Amino acid sequence: MEEKKLILNGKRLDGRNPDELRNIEMKVDVVSRADGSAEVRFGNTIAIASVYGPRSLFPKHLQEPEIGIIRCRYNMAPFSVKGERKSPGPDRRSIEISKVTRNALEPAIFLEDFPRAVIDIFIEIIQADGSTRVTGINAASLALAAAGVPMRDLVAACSVGKIDDTLVVDLTGEEDNYSKADIAFAMLPSKNEVTLLQMDGILTKDELFQLFDLAKKSCQKIYEIQKKVLREKYKVSE
Amino acid sequence: MKEYALELIEKGKRIDGRAFDQFRKIEIVRNAIKSADGSARVKFGETEVIAGVKIGIGTPFPDTPDQGILIVNSEFSPIASPEFEAGPPGEDAIELARVVDRGIRESKAIELEKLCITPGEKVLSVFIDIHIINHHGNLLDAAALASIIALLNTKMPKVEGDKINREEYVGNLPIAHLPINISVGKVGNFLIIDPTFEEEKILESKLCIAVREDDKICALQKQGSRQIKFDELEKMIDLAIEKSKELRRLCQQEH
Repeated sequence: MEEKKLILNGKRLDGRNPDELRNIEMKVDVVSRADGSAEVRFGNTIAIASVYGPRSLFPKHLQEPEIGIIRCRYNMAPFSVKGERKSPGPDRRSIEISKVTRNALEPAIFLEDFPRAVIDIFIEIIQADGSTRVTGINAASLALAAAGVPMRDLVAACSVGKIDDTLVVDLTGEEDNYSKADIAFAMLPSKNEVTLLQMDGILTKDELFQLFDLAKKSCQKIYEIQKKVLREKYKVSE
Repeated sequence: MKEYALELIEKGKRIDGRAFDQFRKIEIVRNAIKSADGSARVKFGETEVIAGVKIGIGTPFPDTPDQGILIVNSEFSPIASPEFEAGPPGEDAIELARVVDRGIRESKAIELEKLCITPGEKVLSVFIDIHIINHHGNLLDAAALASIIALLNTKMPKVEGDKINREEYVGNLPIAHLPINISVGKVGNFLIIDPTFEEEKILESKLCIAVREDDKICALQKQGSRQIKFDELEKMIDLAIEKSKELRRLCQQEH
């Protein structure tokens, strides 16, 4: 791939510092028919998540006698991408992201509280500009909390990576395309434990751990916004 | 069986008597498939996979007009396990192929720029097809090892216009790096490598780590439904870097 300068005078092409997140907006209860829902924006990336359940799981042979199960679907709208329309429906990338998203959220949920039942999590990316899977996870985490699902912690997620020779957080689509490495990361912020980790690119172990630190710090910031949104939504009126 | 495997690990033992950081017996048959341009049949204990490489002619991706194409596909054939069903690949097969793909692609193992015929129009494609023959755990590491070994013995068929002539081979596929995938499983405070089928059932989580010969990390994928602590991450990555050398030595033997 051709080289492209992504850092000029220490700033990124959209004017951000390396460790700066894009403008973040979060709303809960955006889909009234869902048990819980949320819309999260990271810059130009927009994800909407709905949660249905816990509800009965059929066919019965799918039921787990001691725990509830989580199903997760990550999907990109055909109009969500720049350039050519994305053909609708699950492709290989979406199927993999659905799986790792489920694995990223499961550690937060008390699955033993609803044996034989299912929680369905649906994530729609309606506008994509990089970091879509982590934006989806942030939305899904809020939607689960809004649905009253018993949780150990929220899940906060962000992307980090290496562009030019700089370690950065919250990559845009353009930065992702030209990055030397990128990591999708999610954690339980108050427990300091990792629930999603995917990386591709080339990094030394030292760079990798610097990026983990950056991701950890950034997830704490995201966690504060998530908590604030939930508190505002559910504050007891006087 | 599940409880037994867990009980053993808590006592510092494994179901088949191995150390936590010990592979099963690894057997490699290079060029196992005569009809493929490159291939390997690899066993990790009872787990057995075949990777076959076919070279084709294709159109380059618009963002890499002067590079060949790499496509990794995997099939969990119903012969390999009572849990596998016929039909389109499920999420585990797709994930496996995509993680193997990332290790090879991101390490720049194949010199794809040498596979260009006409920039923007015609390039060679490298297809790696991974067939699972017997699922007895740790499919990913076995599949990744079979793939890189298959690439190492891939011969380049002669290109004549828009056709490939397999009567005549012109040298080997250009390979620049050797990525090795090591999956480290976590159960309680214990870390194990090369889990068997029974052990995979009790793992809380697993981190798949692709390491290059310069010890750089080229792919990571966390699997499983439980969380991992940061100090555990570091131990897992250190263990993978160390163990990758053992498998890389196997690749580099006669081929």
